[in-house]
Amino acid sequence: MRQAATRVEVPLHHSLRDRSPSPFPGGMTLHIKTEAAERHTLAVIVDNEPGILARIAGLFTARGYNIESLTVSEITADKSVSRITIVTSASPATMEQIIAQLDRLVPVHKVTDLTAQGAHVERELALIKVAGSGDHRIEALRLADVYRARVVDATTTSFVFEVTGSIEKIDKFVELMAEVGLIEVARTGIVAIARGREAA
Amino acid sequence: MGEKSGADILVEALCDLGVEVVFGYPGGAVLPIYDAMFRSGRIKHILVRHEQAATHAAEGYARSTGRPGVVLVTSGPGATNAVTGITDALLDSIPMVVITGQVPTALIGTDAFQEADTVGITRHCSKHNYLVKDPALLGATIHEAFHIATSGRPGPVVVDIPKDVQVATARYSKPGPIQHKTYRPQLKAPQTQIEQVVDMLAAAERPILYTGGGIINSGPAASQLLRELARITGAPVTSTLMGLGCFPASSDQFLGMLGMHGTYEANMAMNQADLIVAIGSRFDDRVTGRLDAFSPNSRKVHIDIDRSSVNKNVRVDLAIIADAGHALEDMVRIWKSRQHPRPDTRAWWDRINGWRAKQSLSFPETGEAIMPQRAVRALWEATHHRDPIITTEVGQHQMWAAQHFGFEKPNKWLTSGGLGTMGYGLPAAIGAQLGNPRALVIDIAGEASIQMNIQELATASQYRLPVKIFILNNEYMGMVRQWQELTYESRYAESYSDSLPDFVRLGEAYGWKGIRIDARADLDDSIQAMLDHDGPVIVDCRVAKLANCFPMIPSGAAHTEMILQANEVSGTMDDEAKALV
Repeated sequence: MRQAATRVEVPLHHSLRDRSPSPFPGGMTLHIKTEAAERHTLAVIVDNEPGILARIAGLFTARGYNIESLTVSEITADKSVSRITIVTSASPATMEQIIAQLDRLVPVHKVTDLTAQGAHVERELALIKVAGSGDHRIEALRLADVYRARVVDATTTSFVFEVTGSIEKIDKFVELMAEVGLIEVARTGIVAIARGREAA
Repeated sequence: MGEKSGADILVEALCDLGVEVVFGYPGGAVLPIYDAMFRSGRIKHILVRHEQAATHAAEGYARSTGRPGVVLVTSGPGATNAVTGITDALLDSIPMVVITGQVPTALIGTDAFQEADTVGITRHCSKHNYLVKDPALLGATIHEAFHIATSGRPGPVVVDIPKDVQVATARYSKPGPIQHKTYRPQLKAPQTQIEQVVDMLAAAERPILYTGGGIINSGPAASQLLRELARITGAPVTSTLMGLGCFPASSDQFLGMLGMHGTYEANMAMNQADLIVAIGSRFDDRVTGRLDAFSPNSRKVHIDIDRSSVNKNVRVDLAIIADAGHALEDMVRIWKSRQHPRPDTRAWWDRINGWRAKQSLSFPETGEAIMPQRAVRALWEATHHRDPIITTEVGQHQMWAAQHFGFEKPNKWLTSGGLGTMGYGLPAAIGAQLGNPRALVIDIAGEASIQMNIQELATASQYRLPVKIFILNNEYMGMVRQWQELTYESRYAESYSDSLPDFVRLGEAYGWKGIRIDARADLDDSIQAMLDHDGPVIVDCRVAKLANCFPMIPSGAAHTEMILQANEVSGTMDDEAKALV
């Protein structure tokens, strides 16, 4: 150990004070902090140029933000503009950063936080393949009716259902189908739009 | 008007944009462009010895002249070698346009010879990038690239041009002023916000202006306006590493640099202030120290051109999105129109002067060894009347230069602040010398950093650039060694610079003059000999091997927990502290 610390007018930071050696090799446990997150749906209007999706997806990975769902589609007749709907979870401070970071990308026209802005409609579409026979087949059709899922393909041993709704509704429907012969699921991810007459 | 090849369009567009110098290195995928430049004869090309150096030279040129730096490199390794400099320019907001060759469009994606996904690789280390697949779009893309690189928060823009696009022909005409569809940086803030910050400044008892590189990026007028704002408000001024020179170091109102290796008075004033006005600075982790202890009792105003800089690390009370120069101009105008008297800040200055009295930049000077701080001060004494441009590498020498070399004007201090790139200083000095042929340009270097782009000695020789390299040689990667001493009980893992070259003879081998300084008594005369030589000089100044850079706020500590001298330090760090950078 080197010469002991002599205090000046302020106490030294804890990290540089003498410490008894840690009982464990490698020192004390390091806790990696995580923040409480809330879920937001963002509408990002972008110029439809090559690489724009990689630019946005990469921004999320590079800065450590989460993407829960991302959908993208052209929205103008001339195909020059796309709308990207992103569902992400973050603390309020990080959410502000996500929006600012998206907004400063050169091809981004506008970022709207639909969740912060107020009432909006969110929908997802899923295609769900179920196979089985006998009671399972009848039960699958009965549940599909309850969930307003449409049959878009049928064989003597299988169905493909199309269902739209909130994430929670589709999650629940998939969960039920698991008990009656679920084969595979394809989901679109969330699209969302603000209620009322104004654009986002 | 006839059609031209893509390469000719590029050269003509560069000329239309006023580009005089391009830093580059030829290769297969840019041969048409090199041929077009050769035939045109209108652009000066500087042949570097490694593409990374081309990017740093362009940064040095840009930072010292205010004009964008331009880089031209080939595909594959040419582009990947440029990535460090592109990232460096992004972190330090340096306007730069990097033109990269690419394999012909038909070969893209086939793992062709010297193919790399340049737009993919540079997507997140550039401000923006393009792959140009049509020669008809090339001219407009180049003009747009310069617009984006130089406006708003400046940064590097990459334009990747496949070889067939350089050969194919199209029409080109010089476009008018660019009105971008989506990219419209906000330069001026609403008057009400400016009035708010002026009111806050007029009412503050303990204000401080926390200034940064944004003021330098805004242009020399912004530095003049900062002086005026400081004069009429009487507020103390501190600066980040990147902002040095935007306020004169000789002013009584200047507290020096703040942050990890900043002065005691700057950091204590930040901690005790009741109002911080941040202008063109970004509350970087080197500046704030431990966030939950950062300036706990102040109201904070953040003036920045980049909205994403606001509330990123520190929550502020008032955010003003504007160019620093515009905001300063508006603040000065409104302050004066309201005829605010100069506030009475005597009590605040009394406290500041108390902190100043600690003389936190003083250093022990015993024995025969040349203290590195002494060497920097001697260099300042000998050169400051010539307004030299100083570049640095990264490490202890960089911090000593920032602490002990006083800057009076903007655009004189070129350093890799955000990315901390060793090997920056020599190529940056070359770029600065090209942009300022009559200036005295000195790279204050360390013996480890200088070796990272040592091949550029040849570039300076080739273009007769009289740059000076002043190496503070302590035979260690000094900042690594310092951290090992402070936090790993002096276990110096791999931080000793073994097998060092003889820098004097190395310089001579490249046609430079070499000077070695071993004794303190020789310091002034040897510096004079360096200055007297009309050509490039490399100085190997042997300094105290184990000197540490103080004052220092350890990682994760608060401003009030500053270490002033080595005898205040001991022991080891816990894991939480070790995990901090």
